[in-house]
Amino acid sequence: MAVESRAETERQHPVSPVAADVRLDRVTKNFDDVTAVDDVSLEIERGSFFALLGPSGCGKTTTLRMIGGFEEPNAGTIYLGEEPVTGKPPYKRDVNTVFQSYALFPHLSIFENVGFGLRRRGVRGADVRGRVTEILRLVGLSGMEKRKPRQLSGGQQQRVALARALVNRPRVLLLDEPLGALDLKLRKQMQLEMKAIQHDIGITFVHVTHDQEEAMTMADRIAIMNGGRIEQLGTPGELYEHPQTAFVAGFLGISNLLPGTVSAMDAVRLDDGTTVKVPQEALRGRSGRVAVGVRPEKIRLGHGEENRLSGHLLETAYVGVATQYVLDTRAGNISVYVQNSEPGAQQAVTGEISWSPDSTFVVDSMEGAEAE
Amino acid sequence: METRATRIGLRIATVLVIAFLWIPLLIIMLYAFNSSSIQSWPISSYTFHWFRDAWHDGDVRSALWLSARVGLLATGIALVLGSAAAFAIHRFRFFGRESVSFLLLLPLALPGIITGMALNSAYVFAGVSFSIWTIVTGHATFCVVVVYNNVLARLRRTSPSLIEASMDLGADGWQTFRFVVWPVLSTALIAGGLLAFALSFDEVIVTTFTAGAQTTLPIFILDKIQRGQQLPIVNAVVFVVILATVVPVIISQRLTHESGLLRRR
Repeated sequence: MAVESRAETERQHPVSPVAADVRLDRVTKNFDDVTAVDDVSLEIERGSFFALLGPSGCGKTTTLRMIGGFEEPNAGTIYLGEEPVTGKPPYKRDVNTVFQSYALFPHLSIFENVGFGLRRRGVRGADVRGRVTEILRLVGLSGMEKRKPRQLSGGQQQRVALARALVNRPRVLLLDEPLGALDLKLRKQMQLEMKAIQHDIGITFVHVTHDQEEAMTMADRIAIMNGGRIEQLGTPGELYEHPQTAFVAGFLGISNLLPGTVSAMDAVRLDDGTTVKVPQEALRGRSGRVAVGVRPEKIRLGHGEENRLSGHLLETAYVGVATQYVLDTRAGNISVYVQNSEPGAQQAVTGEISWSPDSTFVVDSMEGAEAE
Repeated sequence: METRATRIGLRIATVLVIAFLWIPLLIIMLYAFNSSSIQSWPISSYTFHWFRDAWHDGDVRSALWLSARVGLLATGIALVLGSAAAFAIHRFRFFGRESVSFLLLLPLALPGIITGMALNSAYVFAGVSFSIWTIVTGHATFCVVVVYNNVLARLRRTSPSLIEASMDLGADGWQTFRFVVWPVLSTALIAGGLLAFALSFDEVIVTTFTAGAQTTLPIFILDKIQRGQQLPIVNAVVFVVILATVVPVIISQRLTHESGLLRRR
């Protein structure tokens, strides 16, 4: 189902208000008889932080490698700005890549690693020194110029890889799971740092990751990929609040999905007979079988809101910032998160829950809900 | 945690083993300077006389020259074939890949006498007359492995994205080879080559089966010792051979250690 094209045409897409830095026009890539990327079209705005998010094997890395010139599409065209670059080798494209393994040159010093791209373009002497010094300061590695890559920690190597790409001031910076090898704490720190650096220098970043939290933290816009296609494209908020497929709802955060049948312009009758109100635009003219979704933190214990269900408590789990309740209702199991804003306050659970129609979304079916 | 006693014990054992390995070598090297032609201890007076004799000895010269040529040729062949094989095994997945790898490694493990016998009967069967090339071929069987192993280990330790990173940063094919591939592999090639040369230079067993009437340096030494002739000259030659063997091995060790290609654990 071409959710992506529907999203593009029906929702936010006034014809390119800002020039696109990267454009993919119906790009397909096959490896032997496997289709890694399947007829993908995509525009990435100049100066934006764009994430390609999806499980392994969804085609996100192949898409990135095609932009970088390491793979050639079997069909379709890739544009950098107005210029079609399909068929051009990597060294003739105005993009630079931060590799997952960093790929620092082991025989060169940090200075020479970072200066490598400048020297290949004929920049000489003091210009190289000035630009390398400046970029190393930006990534917080001043004074490391003479070291070899193996003398740096993983986090420092990551910064060198970033600096080595950025120093060339490419039109687009490609990042292939750049934080994958770092431990959790360092990863969180680097996420914020990289976002700040992107904001400072204003180069378009295209970031590949399988970590939904990382994508949400860093990116302005995210394309969620699955099976070689883009499932949905939008801001982190749009994707989280209004997922359009069960896959997106399941991949991004936790969702309660309840199967039912459309019964009115703004209502779905769940399989247990309960009717829930949904925003009219969430239905988008669907009819027949659908699934109604609601995020666990949008549900309240008790009868405060318009959409109501009742069931009995299966489990309670204390997770620090919130307490998770799992209720067994006749429409299906439902998770509820309640913020632990007051110490020691455990809510009395009656089995009654409710949520607002505005917090409700609708997806086509239950397919793909089990992803991740 | 080791106790003080075991630590001292280990130290003594280490010293003894190293002494056992090195003292005979040092004695031989000392004898090379012994002015008397009879080997007896202690050495009464020292001289450089035997080195001069050895240098002017025609047999020594021709044996040394043959060994050097064989070593260089075998090393050259090993560099070409060994690195080509390592590239193929590393880069491509093909039918029989494991078997090729195994067959390449086997000659190193196989006793030299078997390699020698087999080659000898093969040459005789094929009617090939013995020449420098029969020796070179024999030596190449194990020299190839040394280079192959070194280069393959280096390739495996090297991130496959290095070449992509270089092209990404604007280097074309030739620049990528010159600035990335060659510097990364060169030390492995030099180390493998030096090791191969050292192996070839002191090879006796395979050589005896493939040399025919030719005399390489190790064969010359063996022959003289067996007959008990010209021992002082042999000592002088051995002195040079030890240096010629040890120096490349030390260089090759330093190269593989200091090249900076050991990735962080």
